[in-house]
Amino acid sequence: MLSIQNLHVSIEGKPILKGISLEVKPGEIHAIMGPNGSGKSTLAAVLAGRDLFEVTEGKIMYMGKNLMDMAPEERAREGIFLGFQYPVEIPGVSMVNFMKTAVNEQRKYRGEESLSASDFLKFMREKKDLVEFDSQLTNRSVNEGFSGGEKKKNEIFQMAMLNPRLSILDETDSGLDIDALRIVARGVNKLRNKENATIVITHYQRLLDYIIPDYVHVLYDGKIVRSSGKELAMELEEKGYDWIRQEYAGNGK
Amino acid sequence: MNTTTQNQETEKLFRESFTKNRDTIERFSAGLMNGRRQEALEHFMQLGIPGKKTESYKYTDMPGLFNPMLHMNLQPNHVHMDVKEIFQCDVPKLDTHMIFLVNGFLPPNSPPLEELEGKALVGSLAEAARRYPELLEKHYDRYTSLNPEGLVSLNTAFAQDGLFLYIPNGTELERPVQVVNMSVWEDNLMIQQRNLFIVGKNSAASLIICDHTLAPWRFLNNAVTEIFLDKQARFDLSRIQNENNSSQHISHTFARQETASTLTSNTITLHGGLVRNNFYALLNGEHAENNTYGLYLSDRHQHIDNFSFIDHAAPHCTSNQLFKGVLDDQATGAFTGRILVRQDAQKTLAYQSNNNILLTDEARMHSKPQLEIYADDVKCSHGATVGQLDPAALFYLRSRGINYREARLMLMYAFAHDIISHIAVPPFRERIDDLVDKRLRGELSRCNACHINCGKLNY
Amino acid sequence: MEKEQDKLLREVTTGEYKYGFYTDIEMDTIPPGLSEEVIRKISLLKGEPGFMLDFRLKAFRHWQKMKMPRWAHLKIPEIDFDRIVYYAAPRKKEGLSSLDEVDPELLETFNKLGIPLDEQKHLTGVAVDAVMDSVSVKTTFRETLAELGIIFCSFSDAVREHPDLVKKYMGSVVPYSDNFFAALNSAVFSDGSFCYIPKGVRCPMELSTYFRINAANTGQFERTLIVAEEDSYVSYLEGCTAPMRDENQLHAAIVEIVAMKGAEVKYSTVQNWYPGDKQGQGGIYNFVTKRGICRGERSKISWTQVETGSAITWKYPSCILQGDHSVGEFYSVAVTNHFQQADTGTKMIHIGKNTKSTVVSKGISAGRSNNSYRGLVKVLKNAQNARNFSQCDSLLLGDRCGAHTFPYLEVDNQSAIVEHEATTSKIGEDQIFYCNQRGISTEDAIGLIVNGYAREVINKLPMEFAVEAQKLLQISLEGSVG
Ligand SMILES: Nc1ncnc2c1ncn2[C@@H]1O[C@H](COP(=O)(O)OP(=O)(O)OP(=O)(O)O)[C@@H](O)[C@H]1O
Ligand SMILES: [Mg+2]
Repeated sequence: MLSIQNLHVSIEGKPILKGISLEVKPGEIHAIMGPNGSGKSTLAAVLAGRDLFEVTEGKIMYMGKNLMDMAPEERAREGIFLGFQYPVEIPGVSMVNFMKTAVNEQRKYRGEESLSASDFLKFMREKKDLVEFDSQLTNRSVNEGFSGGEKKKNEIFQMAMLNPRLSILDETDSGLDIDALRIVARGVNKLRNKENATIVITHYQRLLDYIIPDYVHVLYDGKIVRSSGKELAMELEEKGYDWIRQEYAGNGK
Repeated sequence: MNTTTQNQETEKLFRESFTKNRDTIERFSAGLMNGRRQEALEHFMQLGIPGKKTESYKYTDMPGLFNPMLHMNLQPNHVHMDVKEIFQCDVPKLDTHMIFLVNGFLPPNSPPLEELEGKALVGSLAEAARRYPELLEKHYDRYTSLNPEGLVSLNTAFAQDGLFLYIPNGTELERPVQVVNMSVWEDNLMIQQRNLFIVGKNSAASLIICDHTLAPWRFLNNAVTEIFLDKQARFDLSRIQNENNSSQHISHTFARQETASTLTSNTITLHGGLVRNNFYALLNGEHAENNTYGLYLSDRHQHIDNFSFIDHAAPHCTSNQLFKGVLDDQATGAFTGRILVRQDAQKTLAYQSNNNILLTDEARMHSKPQLEIYADDVKCSHGATVGQLDPAALFYLRSRGINYREARLMLMYAFAHDIISHIAVPPFRERIDDLVDKRLRGELSRCNACHINCGKLNY
Repeated sequence: MEKEQDKLLREVTTGEYKYGFYTDIEMDTIPPGLSEEVIRKISLLKGEPGFMLDFRLKAFRHWQKMKMPRWAHLKIPEIDFDRIVYYAAPRKKEGLSSLDEVDPELLETFNKLGIPLDEQKHLTGVAVDAVMDSVSVKTTFRETLAELGIIFCSFSDAVREHPDLVKKYMGSVVPYSDNFFAALNSAVFSDGSFCYIPKGVRCPMELSTYFRINAANTGQFERTLIVAEEDSYVSYLEGCTAPMRDENQLHAAIVEIVAMKGAEVKYSTVQNWYPGDKQGQGGIYNFVTKRGICRGERSKISWTQVETGSAITWKYPSCILQGDHSVGEFYSVAVTNHFQQADTGTKMIHIGKNTKSTVVSKGISAGRSNNSYRGLVKVLKNAQNARNFSQCDSLLLGDRCGAHTFPYLEVDNQSAIVEHEATTSKIGEDQIFYCNQRGISTEDAIGLIVNGYAREVINKLPMEFAVEAQKLLQISLEGSVG
């Protein structure tokens, strides 16, 4: 589904990602962990098409297409969903209008009829229930004045609405209380099927108790320095990143 | 010829025209309005038309508008049709008391002065001058001294009619009054309208003003509006400017506010070749509140210049100035906002902000927010920005599959809605929302909001 | 609480000016008045080459056609330019052997001002050009700097020793026709500092000029020119004081900075001219034109000013950002008290692509003073991706003073982001209460808050100056500042 080969990315001339390769197949869950500033969000943003970053080398293929040729909205319609680490506040744009536009653009892309206003509201209600999203919030402007946790729940709600093929969740667990964490995990699991895949970026083993990954990757200084099964997450939880750092420094350069 | 002598030429032409047409001017006006003309003319001759050297007109060429001088409309035009029939304001749920003015005059076939609930009056200013000289004596030309300038005196010298609104003490109008100002002629035309709104103690009213041009000519409006709000009065003024691209509109609004009065004005500039709006408010009594909002959407070679000046002369007053603009193509814009807090105006809260989005390389914006403060126990702030749509927000929308164009429109609309949300009359607000949305999509051309077939009119 | 503050504010008005003494010293002066004759005499006295006299005369003829600028938010009394002495120099005592030897009385004067001109005694790391009235008294560390190819000397010496450089750059940033006071200065300036940093050199010490007005009825007209060649760096400081006198004295200076590709110039001023007494008698009229041009790519000019003195200040240190990726900065604290008036700010002219400017201005007004920020941010048509952020805050201490903000934003390019924010307030009672609650007296609290308020700017000053500036703030607002 997704194939990243030797990806190099820089911002304002400063290299951030330094040769990343990753294969994601339908039905899989990949976890990416790594210390602050290692480039996890950068990777996520590049996959979604943020033009702030410059891809200097490498290739990203998605569903047999070259992802680099596609505008962010095309990628979204092709089923890529990014749950932002810091969801953006957009004053004045109502949640309802925002989601309605997004859903109908996607339907149009797939050659489906637009939803009528009442059908849309019904659809929205369904999804809200599915991810246990607070009804009140959809009456407000996108993320405006939402608490940290509410913003994260809103990301999951949007994911439910858009039913993506590849979800990239960038620290969706941070800022969530225990109950919300379970709800989010339950949401992700409910939406999961053989056709879609998920990349979860997280700092905590805790989330991975609920969303069980097939693979865990450690991103360090712009490279994936380790890939393994879910037991790697436990190891990190226990030992932190120092050993990786040492190992990396030891055999590096 | 250099510009000074050129201006003097223009000013002389006005004097000549005044002398020559004085009889006509006075015949189609009345009482006190005529009594003030001569002095105003002398005043105008002294002050002249403000040039680029005048700090407050730095970014808009005023003398250029008057040269060559346009024909002046000096009597009411007989429109041989019922304007109400041809002009249907397409705001479906809007229930207003509607008044039409054609080229600055109340048409001869409409009732000159109507009585609304609670003995409130609405209609022709000239007629009011005839019938209520004491009232006019008290209020006419009393508030323009907030900013003595040539163009205001010019208006006082020539203006013959305009809208008069009088709300006696203790009266609350249920329905908004709606004024449709129409400019229509078979050639270029200069119009000088004069309005006076008086809202008594504990009274409330809302007024909607729609400025339209009904012919593709160059209309030059130089309009003066005076507003007096007595104690605890509440007045809500929404204005929508939708004129053709060769029209030029200069409006001067002067408000004097007494204790605990509230004035909210919203000026939405959708179209117009050149627009200059001046707002002056004197907060003369404690706890007065002034909200001056403006939204301008401009493209092609349009030029929109807003100037607002709030004078805090009494303690415990509040003012908010918020102006926002989206500039496309080669449009240019200017904003000047001034807050003056006088020495005794302690506990003032005054905020001012001007935000602009430039959509093209050729659009230009000049912004001059100013604070002038002589009292220490105050909270004042101002801010101005010129920039583009927030790229992070744009990306967020696109990452949800919304296309670039649509995402931009959503953000622009949200940007503009901030102003629209302050319009008090809900159906009107919805209508403006819709118009602005269309305007941003480029679907609204000048005449879209008007159902008049310009060619059908005889006069 | 209210009472307490009143008391403090009364104390504000008793602040003392420490530098108000006068040195009785023999002077060579040209009698008051301004004419071509006087200008020729100045030029002759200084032994200048012909191009200098030409420049002066052109400037003078232009000046005669100009009018005093009246647009600032200042009440400027008429200045009688014929009653000003345009040249006054401490007389060289007989018997001083070398040119380098300085009259001990002058040395003493500068010692008293805290500016020892003896290199051994001097603060390490600061070279000083000391200017009294119309001439430079001494420039320290000239030789040390010369080893690196750095030229640091009085303007007069530069005219003599480096006429080509002077000819090339003088008037290139501030042309004589720029404004009324610039024209006046160009006609009559008598000395100042010159500084040239060659390619690739980082100046190892702070360079500084100390200006002292001493003689009565004299105007001070100095001129500073700083040229930083490619990839060089220099940090420059300027300080000034004057005796206390009842009549006003005029100071009209010019500073020009040229920064080539990759060069960085930091210019810091602590302006402490005599502000006049608490009734508004006397004080310096300070009309200064300061401008730098970032000529080359990635060059940077940074202005930092702490303005506490002068009866009237009219001053807008500016940056012309011509090179792509060049950066301009302006950090200012302006304090006015009693009857002082200040109209100060900056101009940031964005011409090159990806240019960036930052403006931070903190005004503090007390007494019956008026303090205005006036700033222009202009983005020209081809200045792609220009960025500006301006923050202008005013603090009012007392209810008879004024604080004003007049920013001008002129944007001709859509890729620009220009942001201006300003606030005006007095010290929050909740802030004072918070301090009180932690056991801090109201006086100390105000001191803390004012200092905190100005901190962002003071931090930009070189260390030695930061301490000095902080003390100055305290003196200027004596009583209300702990
Ligand atoms: N807009 C930007 N400008 C400059 N540097 C940036 C920008 N965005 C990211 N970086 C830098 O890129 C590096 C990687 O950042 P990134 O956000 O991808 O880290 P991360 O692994 O997600 O960290 P965290 O765990 O803290 O979320 C960091 O050093 C960061 O400072
Ligand atoms: Mg991150």
